[in-house]
Amino acid sequence: MQVLRPQSWHEALAARSELPGATPVAGGTDVMVAMKLRHFRPEVLLDLSRVSGSERYRIGPDSVHCGPRVCHTTVAERLHRQLPGLALAAGSVGSRQVRNRGTIGGNLGTASPAGDLHPMLLAAGADVELSSVRGSRWVPADGFYRDGGGTVLGADELITAVRVPLAAGPQRFQKIGRRQGLVKSLCSFALTLDRGQRRIRAAVGAYGAAPVRLLAAEQLIEESRVLYGAGTLPAALVAEFGRLAATATTPVEEGAEAGYRRRALAVLAARNLTQAWAMFLAEGHDGHHRDGQRQDP
Amino acid sequence: MTAQGIGTSPARTDGPAKVSGTFVYSSDLSAEDMVWAATLRSPHPSALIRSIDTTAALKFPGVLDVITHADIPGRKLFGQMKVDQPVLAEDRVRHHGEAVAVVAAVDLETARAAAGLVHVDYDVRPPVTDAATALDAASDPVHPDGNLVAHTRIRRGAAQSGELPAADVVVRGSYSLGMQDQAFLGTESGLAVPTGDGGVELHIATQWLHVDQEQVALCLGLPPDKVVLKHAGVGGAFGAREDLSLHVHACLLALRLNRPVKMVYTRTESFFGHVHRHPAELHYEHGATSDGRLLYVRADIVLDGGAYASSSPAIAGNAATHAVGPYAVPHVQVDARAVYTNNPPCGAMRGFGTVQPCFAYESQMDRLAAALGMHPVEFRQRNALREGASLPTGQVLDSPAPVAELLERLRGLPLPAADPAQPAHVARGVGYAACLKNIGFSEGFDDYSTARVRLEVVDGALLATVSSAAAEVGQGVVGIQRQIVATELGVHRIEVRQEDSRFGTAGPSSASRQTYVTGGAVREACRRVRADVLALLHESGAELPSPSWQLHEGAVVDDAGRPVARLAALLGGRVIERTAEFHHRKTFPLDPETGQGNSSMQFGFAAHRAVVEVDRELGLVKVIDLAIAQDVGRAINPEAVAGQLRGGTVQGVGLALLEEIELDGGRVLNPSFAGYLLPTMADVPPVRVEILERADPHAPYGLRGIGELPSISATPAVAAAVRAATGIDLDRVPIRPDHLLAGLPDPAQQ
Repeated sequence: MQVLRPQSWHEALAARSELPGATPVAGGTDVMVAMKLRHFRPEVLLDLSRVSGSERYRIGPDSVHCGPRVCHTTVAERLHRQLPGLALAAGSVGSRQVRNRGTIGGNLGTASPAGDLHPMLLAAGADVELSSVRGSRWVPADGFYRDGGGTVLGADELITAVRVPLAAGPQRFQKIGRRQGLVKSLCSFALTLDRGQRRIRAAVGAYGAAPVRLLAAEQLIEESRVLYGAGTLPAALVAEFGRLAATATTPVEEGAEAGYRRRALAVLAARNLTQAWAMFLAEGHDGHHRDGQRQDP
Repeated sequence: MTAQGIGTSPARTDGPAKVSGTFVYSSDLSAEDMVWAATLRSPHPSALIRSIDTTAALKFPGVLDVITHADIPGRKLFGQMKVDQPVLAEDRVRHHGEAVAVVAAVDLETARAAAGLVHVDYDVRPPVTDAATALDAASDPVHPDGNLVAHTRIRRGAAQSGELPAADVVVRGSYSLGMQDQAFLGTESGLAVPTGDGGVELHIATQWLHVDQEQVALCLGLPPDKVVLKHAGVGGAFGAREDLSLHVHACLLALRLNRPVKMVYTRTESFFGHVHRHPAELHYEHGATSDGRLLYVRADIVLDGGAYASSSPAIAGNAATHAVGPYAVPHVQVDARAVYTNNPPCGAMRGFGTVQPCFAYESQMDRLAAALGMHPVEFRQRNALREGASLPTGQVLDSPAPVAELLERLRGLPLPAADPAQPAHVARGVGYAACLKNIGFSEGFDDYSTARVRLEVVDGALLATVSSAAAEVGQGVVGIQRQIVATELGVHRIEVRQEDSRFGTAGPSSASRQTYVTGGAVREACRRVRADVLALLHESGAELPSPSWQLHEGAVVDDAGRPVARLAALLGGRVIERTAEFHHRKTFPLDPETGQGNSSMQFGFAAHRAVVEVDRELGLVKVIDLAIAQDVGRAINPEAVAGQLRGGTVQGVGLALLEEIELDGGRVLNPSFAGYLLPTMADVPPVRVEILERADPHAPYGLRGIGELPSISATPAVAAAVRAATGIDLDRVPIRPDHLLAGLPDPAQQ
């Protein structure tokens, strides 16, 4: 096995271009596990962990610009004010050790259906920068994941940055599994409300072959115009939102567990909509979404 | 109280090394010129083996040797109670993951890769995967002598004449439990080293060196003195190290290659490398009077023993003798059977046949209490065993049995405050359960222990050395021996030696017995040393010392505690060394027809209270408060006792909510810690521990074995709490989310 260790993006992209079959690896929380447990034997590993600066982030006026090696712990602990939803998702990943190793770029790159960040990157409207020796392009998260699994990342491309808009209202993320942590999620759900635009974005992860934006469920809420009011959400509307969320896509494995996952997703969607709306009403102004850190079941 | 003596909680000497990662586990061993071996296992639960072709594996670069059943020089089968398990599969495989061939190579990766090149031609057969089916006369026999491994009957009171009395209140229920795994963190591992004289030394993580040594020698066809087993660092046991795993494979390869052979199972392989807890189906009928007195119990218990017998006969015995629980019942009819199937073999695990009936009888107790309109604790207390009461075997409890008091303690503990912000979909429930468990081997087995104590002056200071072959499996028996020596000999410098199989047996670190039995042997050896010291004192010209004089703080002290002589001065250059065996009091086999007999040396008692919150929409359970009360007789090391009580409780919570080896047609679906879910720190609240010390006059220091009790009643307590929260009549553990959602509207449907 050959291991390439580029020190810069210039070197990394050149190596990627020359050896498109090489497996990029950053934190190793997917690749190394596959090598150990699933007999995955890449001929060439492209180790990106020495690319300088790729672990840094920059907070701009509208968004946070993350190098792809920003790890889950950093997102959870240093960006929770700017990106409360993504911080919740990052803080829910695996164990402390996994959060210290696993990166935002790696999560996107392997696009594992179980990846915890995906639905919130969709709900937050993140963009992904894909670069190659040919140049760079920005792809919205919506266009990054392929329907049946995988991503649009080209054979000569690497993820060089992720841009996540600052929260413009309440954000919620929740996932469920058989135990409190360190377990494969049965489904996850992310939701953002945009206070100024009166918009909702919602997405589901750890469910189908790919994370999915819940466009029909979003449309239901937006067309109802409830976000322009200040009252309780109608129970029927919340229930319908949950139902639409649960039927937008199908669990990757049908069988005994599929029925449970479907109904659990409906519950998560309805519950988180209600909670986000309560936060929406409770917050007098934008900015500090302290309640975003709450993770009530 | 003696400093560092019994009743104190000295720090564990292995603690810092285990916490910092420097402790040497069996998987860390190495030797010069060492090679590695890996095992090929059956992908089928049931198949005939037409042929095994090792040619390709042997040709693989780096491969040194391949062994199959044909290479086993001695007895080709092993088994502690019934010799029925092949060292390597011969003409058929009887369970998924059965070992078929072992490959030795220059490194582990090569050995594992080459194991995949051993070609086995299987004739796949339909497996027997259900215990009830296995008992059907028409079922395929898993072994030539049929599928019934053991059947223990208890007939007490009117049941002896075949008629159970009529009762005011009758409650019937059927219960089942999934297959739990011991899930120790240190997978099976060991190092076999040829001794150059045709013999072999095996460094192994085990619970009982001597029984392993006996079996390994037989299978290798070597005289016993050519096979030495030595303790290697154990990463947890819980019963999973009672049977042989890689022992014979590693030794045989070491002898054939004349090089040290190391084996370490992967986590996945470990799920196939040891026996599990028996899944069970239990049918119960309880009769009670209208004033809440238990009148009779009828129980039919079927334990799925899987492909080989392992400890099934003793486990069926325990399931029968413990079928009623810690309650006094005049009329008892129990049948407990263990059967062969093509599921993974099941055997010893913490609780050893008492966990399964406890889930059933405690569920029944709650149902009876409800039927009688009584509080579950009050109903249990009314029927609780007490000293002097008789068990279903007729054995009379001749030491304290404070079952009612344990429950009272738990009931008196404050409940967690209600959360005013609790959402409507969260329901809270409280559950209680109690249990009893026999300590030590039962039914006539003399599981004695041997200890040697040496007292001398080294470098001007007293030194005591205590030796035994007791397996330190994490329970703290090394420290226990030190504490007993400190108490008995009043010495501060104490060395504990873990002896190998050439030393006298200590019996196993199982059945909650090691502190009792090896502790008893150490105490006896110390007392003989003290008698020698007193004799020496007399020889040195002192007046005749009273045999009641003690050794304390480096001196011989008289009955008033006054120092009579300094020990160091008295000993001078002399060495006093004494060896003692400790045999617990005699037990007796059960009558095969009625199950009557004084079968156990001691019983322990424990009870749990669990408080849960159930998310009614998601079917998820969160345990928010847990408490255990246990009578430990005498806490030799209170902190270690509390640790055992907490750990066992968590294991019981695991069985209630998470832990299950999932099977499909005999195949294991989840052999990993990603699929087999243990509770993590986030899943269990701090466990409150209430320790009672009601001395057993028959036991050393009055102590009771403690290790298994906490894992037994935790499971039904959690199940009871979930029932109380939801009103759902749960009859199976682990409880799964869909059990809790059955019948509720599905929000994903319109």
